[in-house]
Amino acid sequence: MSLFFAILFYIATLILAGGVAYRVYDYARTPAPLKIPTTPAPTTSGGVAFRMFREVVFFESLFKSNLWIWALGWLFHVGLALVLLRHLRYFTEPVNFIIAFIQPFGMYAGFAMATGLAGLWARRFLVERIRYISTPSDHLMLALLLGIAVTGLLMKFVMHTDIVAVKSFFLGLMVFEINPLPAHPGLYLHLGMVVLLMIIFPVSKLLHAPGLFFSPTRNQVDNPRETRHLAPWAAKFEAKN
Amino acid sequence: MADETTPVAAAPAPPPAAKSAPGKPTEKAKVVAPAFREYPTIPALKIDSMVESNPYVAAAVHNESVGFPGTLVEGWEQKAVAKMGELLGKYRSLKVYMDSCVHCGACTDKCHYFIGTGDPKNMPVARQDLMRSVYRRYYTLPGKLFPKLVGARDMTKDVLDDWFRYYNQCSECRRCSVFCPYGIDTAEVTMAAKEIMHSVGLGHKYVNEIIGKVHKIGNNLGLPGPALENTLEGLEEDVLEETGAAVKYPLDVKGAEVLLVTPSADFFAEPHVDSLIGYGKVFHAAGISWTLSSKASEAGNFGMFIGNYEQMQKIAMRVREAALELGVKRIVVGECGHAWRVAYAFWNTLTGIGAGANDPFAIQLQKQLDPNYKQPSHICEVTWDLIQQGRLKFNKEANDHRIVTFHDSCNVARGSRMGDYAGGQFDIPRNIIRAVANHYVDMSEATTREKTFCCGGGGGLLTDELLDLRVKGALPRMEALNRIVQDNGVNFMATICAICKAQFTKVLPYYGFKMSMVGGVHQLVSTAIVLNNEQ
Ligand code: HEM
Ligand code: SF4
Ligand code: SF4
Repeated sequence: MSLFFAILFYIATLILAGGVAYRVYDYARTPAPLKIPTTPAPTTSGGVAFRMFREVVFFESLFKSNLWIWALGWLFHVGLALVLLRHLRYFTEPVNFIIAFIQPFGMYAGFAMATGLAGLWARRFLVERIRYISTPSDHLMLALLLGIAVTGLLMKFVMHTDIVAVKSFFLGLMVFEINPLPAHPGLYLHLGMVVLLMIIFPVSKLLHAPGLFFSPTRNQVDNPRETRHLAPWAAKFEAKN
Repeated sequence: MADETTPVAAAPAPPPAAKSAPGKPTEKAKVVAPAFREYPTIPALKIDSMVESNPYVAAAVHNESVGFPGTLVEGWEQKAVAKMGELLGKYRSLKVYMDSCVHCGACTDKCHYFIGTGDPKNMPVARQDLMRSVYRRYYTLPGKLFPKLVGARDMTKDVLDDWFRYYNQCSECRRCSVFCPYGIDTAEVTMAAKEIMHSVGLGHKYVNEIIGKVHKIGNNLGLPGPALENTLEGLEEDVLEETGAAVKYPLDVKGAEVLLVTPSADFFAEPHVDSLIGYGKVFHAAGISWTLSSKASEAGNFGMFIGNYEQMQKIAMRVREAALELGVKRIVVGECGHAWRVAYAFWNTLTGIGAGANDPFAIQLQKQLDPNYKQPSHICEVTWDLIQQGRLKFNKEANDHRIVTFHDSCNVARGSRMGDYAGGQFDIPRNIIRAVANHYVDMSEATTREKTFCCGGGGGLLTDELLDLRVKGALPRMEALNRIVQDNGVNFMATICAICKAQFTKVLPYYGFKMSMVGGVHQLVSTAIVLNNEQ
């Protein structure tokens, strides 16, 4: 089983890193031929960075748009971010003091994450409009994330596993050594779902995370009268005129 | 302008009708204005309620005159999918937006067409999904392997029919993009869909006819040069008679300082022409020499509506040519929403009208244009500058019979700017109105500035066969207007867009308002401005 999971994690890591890197490269090389920031938009690149910061950290547009989705979505993402940070302790020795500091918050973050996810999922059943636009994959994505959160919380609070062994397994992976993983059904389930999430990340709507940074309506500077903006494929037309 | 159709009293929408093939709308489709909602609740879904709403399909001549195949081509399925691939490589917006939507639903209640019709396919995300489902099928791994799971669909005739219906129920107003956490702009998707449909020979009659006229005659309405000259002479006589001032409306004058490019509706439609009269008075009072151009007698650019870069550039290029021929120093754009978006955001890219480039193409124009002014300028920027310099005088009491509000036009609000700071496009027109009229009231802030609702007629939908859609799409704006009509006695809604003016003139009566309630900002300026000869 240890070997099996080791291989899975290597493959999943390759797919996640390679897939996301390819997507980012693909977005970056595709030109945005016209200036289309949603105005009013910042007139300087510093302003754009600040706008992007507010979107990433506070979900500003979503806040203006729908408080319920914002509250649940933000709860989930902040929870997720803290949980991910907390998990860094499995990959570092000694543990960075910031990571050590957030450990207690990370515990509650797990509940925040699960609550947010459950709320978001409930919307997909309860709100007619959201039900209409939901595909099976939307439900499965939430089920998967909720599954990861719940199995994680179970191991923390109900059926403990040997986390010292877990840590040595992951530290081992990082130097291509396979140490034994505790035989624990909850852990197998948890890690199995994490691997699945890593694999589907680059081919699913989870691309919203890199996508946001490449969204022309959000990342362009509003200065079309001051600077000329020309995509290579569009510049060709000028020769004809 | 008389209104031929009789307004129907507010009533619930009719039950969903059976599907009809696109391009053949039911004759005399009933036009029904929805009732005002007491509270702005989100409508329940009315599946397929707008499935009957189809614009006319362009005839072969109209498609071909714009360089598209005359009729639906052989093997259009593969060609459409291939075209989608091409656009995915050319437009980052399309590529990122196809991938990024998480189906969170934040945009679902933001579109005026959804609010007015309840048809779920008018929810922005559902409109995008009409294309995203095809994208997933042909361009993503999960869609190839498990189409059902991720909602992927083959490109079939049914899908194409839905595209034609529902991408022609989007006015490309970008309201949804304000509210999406990733800024996903359904207008970009709609434009791409229209580009794909045109490329396989499924064109939209109204839009293609108009683009044909621009190329052949110089403007959307097909007014030839001599007719234009007559009209302008008539205006000069009218203004002289009314004010005693010899205001000029010059055409093709070489060496004028300003070239004014304005929507052709300004030349003869009501209330548009009153704003044209106003622009002339402003230039006259400030002593600025100006001219119109018969070659570029149209600011509108319907190339944007069909998402076609080359058409958009070709249409914009007329302005560049006219500017070079006439040797003007400044280019000013009249009251037109999408035209201002194209001018402000795209002209520098398309034609080099603007600054900051070091390519020979753009430098040629920069040598001629005066760098002390923003190129191009909006007529409101010109007027507001003059007001601030104290070069215009007003008799504000002349507007005292009006209690004025301002409708932010979608393309100006969310696709452009005026002045030096973000949001100037909201303040400058309001500043002008306050400078020329004593009574001004804003509509609810949930419906103004960047949250403004489209008039319901933008994006190339201003055509009679879509009247039912247009009336329903105007609902949120009409509700906001109704509130201040009731509370504050507002009797004039100013706007700076030719499409808004035409749309409201037609639609206001369906909601029990007078069509003369709508007019231009420069119509108000025109009423109040004091011309030198009068002093
Ligand atoms: C730059 C980082 C990220 C940003 C700015 C971001 C932002 C958002 C926003 C604004 C939403 C919509 C609101 C909501 O439904 O929660 C959303 C949805 C979602 N995000 Fe993220 N996200 C990020 C990273 C991630 C990551 C790393 C994951 C998972 C591994 C993730 C999973 C999800 C899921 C599953 C949804 C859909 C929730 C639903 O179905 O309702 N996000 N994200
Ligand atoms: S762009 Fe405007 S009309 Fe089109 S879907 Fe978005 S809100 Fe609706
Ligand atoms: S708001 Fe944006 S991400 Fe959410 S459903 Fe609409 S388009 Fe998709």
